[in-house]
Amino acid sequence: MAAVTPAPREPLMSVRGLSRHFGGLKAVDGVDFDVPAGQVRAIIGPNGAGKTTFVGMICGRIPPSAGTIRFDGADITDMPAHRRVLAGIAYTFQITSVFANLSVRDNVALAVQRRHVGGKGGRLSPRAFAAEIDAALARVGLADRAGETAGNLAYGHQRLLEVAMGLALSPRLLILDEPTQGLSDAEIDGFIGLVRGIAGDTTVLLIEHNMPVVMALAERITVMDQGRVIAEGTPAEVRGNRAVQAAYLGAPVDA
Amino acid sequence: MSPAAPHGRVIALHLAVVALLFAGEFVLPAYHHGVMARIMVLAVFAMGYNLLFGYTGLLSLGHAMFFAAGMYGAGLTAYHLGWSVAAAFPAGIVAGAAVSAGIALLALRTTGVAFMIVTMMFAQVGYLLTLYFGNWTRGEEGLTLAPAARLLGPFDFTDPATRYFAALALFAVVLFLTLAVVRAPFGRVLVAIRENEERTRMLGYDTFANKLAATVLSGTICASAGAAYALLFGYFGSTFATVAYSILPLLWVLVGGAATTLGPFLGTLAMYYLVDISNDVLNRHFPNWDMSYLGTVGVALVLLVLFFPKGLLGTLRQRWMAWLP
Amino acid sequence: MAFGPHLLLAALEGLVQAAVLALTALGLSLVFGVMRVVNVAHGEFFMLGAVLAWGVTTAVSGHPALGFAAALVVAPLAIGAVALLSERLVLRRLDYNPEATIVATIGLLYILQQAALTFYGPEARPVVPPFNIRLQLPWFGYSAYKLSVIGASAVVLAATWFVLARTRIGLVMRATQYDRETATAFGIPVERVYAGVFALGAMLAAVAAVLIVPISQAHYLMGADPLLLSFIVVIIGGLGSLRGTVVAALLIGLSDGIVSVFFSPTLAKIIATLAVALVLVFRPQGLFGQAAR
Repeated sequence: MAAVTPAPREPLMSVRGLSRHFGGLKAVDGVDFDVPAGQVRAIIGPNGAGKTTFVGMICGRIPPSAGTIRFDGADITDMPAHRRVLAGIAYTFQITSVFANLSVRDNVALAVQRRHVGGKGGRLSPRAFAAEIDAALARVGLADRAGETAGNLAYGHQRLLEVAMGLALSPRLLILDEPTQGLSDAEIDGFIGLVRGIAGDTTVLLIEHNMPVVMALAERITVMDQGRVIAEGTPAEVRGNRAVQAAYLGAPVDA
Repeated sequence: MSPAAPHGRVIALHLAVVALLFAGEFVLPAYHHGVMARIMVLAVFAMGYNLLFGYTGLLSLGHAMFFAAGMYGAGLTAYHLGWSVAAAFPAGIVAGAAVSAGIALLALRTTGVAFMIVTMMFAQVGYLLTLYFGNWTRGEEGLTLAPAARLLGPFDFTDPATRYFAALALFAVVLFLTLAVVRAPFGRVLVAIRENEERTRMLGYDTFANKLAATVLSGTICASAGAAYALLFGYFGSTFATVAYSILPLLWVLVGGAATTLGPFLGTLAMYYLVDISNDVLNRHFPNWDMSYLGTVGVALVLLVLFFPKGLLGTLRQRWMAWLP
Repeated sequence: MAFGPHLLLAALEGLVQAAVLALTALGLSLVFGVMRVVNVAHGEFFMLGAVLAWGVTTAVSGHPALGFAAALVVAPLAIGAVALLSERLVLRRLDYNPEATIVATIGLLYILQQAALTFYGPEARPVVPPFNIRLQLPWFGYSAYKLSVIGASAVVLAATWFVLARTRIGLVMRATQYDRETATAFGIPVERVYAGVFALGAMLAAVAAVLIVPISQAHYLMGADPLLLSFIVVIIGGLGSLRGTVVAALLIGLSDGIVSVFFSPTLAKIIATLAVALVLVFRPQGLFGQAAR
């Protein structure tokens, strides 16, 4: 793998005709989607739009009914989920899924371990290993809670732990599924700063309902409704888009 | 999962246990010699089971088939082919590895209750096969190995002292092997799979491959116990393939503390003497009641799972000694 | 005897086995389906039914039919009580956690076996059938009692189906099976339903045992085979599907009967167990059940 990101000719991730049917229900219906490397891209849309199913297919948790996914120059449509993580895609769960019985520290350790044992990072001395864990925790502001049992954390802090684990994998593409849910305003500000800090090196795909967060972070927004992409553009463009307004407010689109 | 445990303290504790057992040979009265030798071999069985149940979180009800694979692998080659101990023992281990790999590839496609039932059924097939091929295995009656078959160079396993030290050697090797595995990255991944398999997968781990490795390692260790049992004590039969020998290691691990390195040994030791003593007591007071170990095992299981699910060392670790591996 | 009649005889024997198996397996299936727990002690409820039947029939003097009728009433009720006690004392405290329940019911299995061994003894004892009429078919004579077992089982199965499909109690049970949380939200006393289902499962096994014990014998280890066969039926027939249970019981009972006549019973068991394990591996919803929600 090249150590230097190639000049942005091909997008980091490219999706064509991605679909997922559940019986008669089309959760995701023929979506085309490109993300250039280094971008912070938001996916928004009303509940049930298919956002989580869509990213579920990208990270490999849900098999697609049709379509292809290309990542970092390779076709990953048939690649199992765990290998996509090794290829550079990290996903934080919409419904928090940490190791509740393990300490915060041990949670992050598993992510760090993945990168260095059998992953792309080299072997680490125990001290360097511990240092990486500390760094990952410090980045999300959980350093002082390292010894606590993850299940005892407040909901918002568990979500930050999820983000820490995702970051510890040093992914090329970090998918954040409703990361600010349950966070206080101060924590949300911290989160915005965090994402701004990693943008550029890491490509971020952000599913969010919190509009101020989306407007603050996103360089480009994709809007989904009923399994399809109904709009895509800069925050300003999307804000003024009638179809988007109709999808959210239910009003008919003006002729 | 223990925090970064002081390496020295952990090693010292395990060495102390082995040293104590070593000294036991000289200090214990003759009856307990034989008992301890058996307990150490069965504790190896329990340690193998603990790796899959305690650490990886997979409850198998069919581990008797791995124990029996080792037992028959060693016993049949020694009895019918005249293989020496040096060849029969590895034969048992290879048989165990093969069986556990084959079973794992099928059984690991299921989880939870289905996994329990599937493993139980495969083990039942194994037991029935030992009966079906009774011409070679003599079924329930079993086969006894001639004393000549139980020699390893200068070591004669018909001698109680040699048997004891052989059992201790196997026990020590497997104990430290288990310790190494659970403190290695692989061990941490197994615990992660137990705690949250989906999350572990999404951190980039191939959970199927890891579970497969854990099952084969577990099965092979249990097979080594079976092979040792046949060669050291000179007898093997279908009884060891019955479902009781799938439930006993579960019981021993639960008593001693699942997901602890020393728990399996403590559990085997405790249950053995508990059954022994309670049998004595009960048969003295109720001589016509035909008390067998059944009732004690049953009551122990129910009480354990209701009030004491973490077992001896598990509770100890939770309350006072968080560094216990 | 010519092959045809021999086959018919084997089929009849298989039908009798299937009839008893259907009842036993239905008990297991209901518990498995509604409570989502595996009761490994189910075979012991069966065994206790047989042992109690022996106890009642030996205690009641006079015509064997009297003693048998008494057993048919007393045994299921007593076993139901034992089941209720176990459910309340143990299973409920474990919150029906699948793994813990399996371990606990294994313990229960050993306790019940030990109790039978202590109070009943290690011998196998026969029970006199309620009547001794032989039906004369063109090729061989056949016990009318065995035929009545098939009939009795059909009646109990039909009654159970009726309760499940047409009564309010059955509706409550099916609702709890389908979605425990929603059932609670609707005010259904889930814990009482569970207790009732567990008792019902045990009683079905006890009835089956009382029916079969005049044909076989009562022995403290006789619970193992029915347990294994019931598992096989439930897995092949699919969880909580009464139709699947009956069809699978017919399949297993008939094939076991026929295969055992022509092949070694051990080999028959090997093939059956292996087949079931593979079904569970490759088609976990069985042949009739729905895939897990």
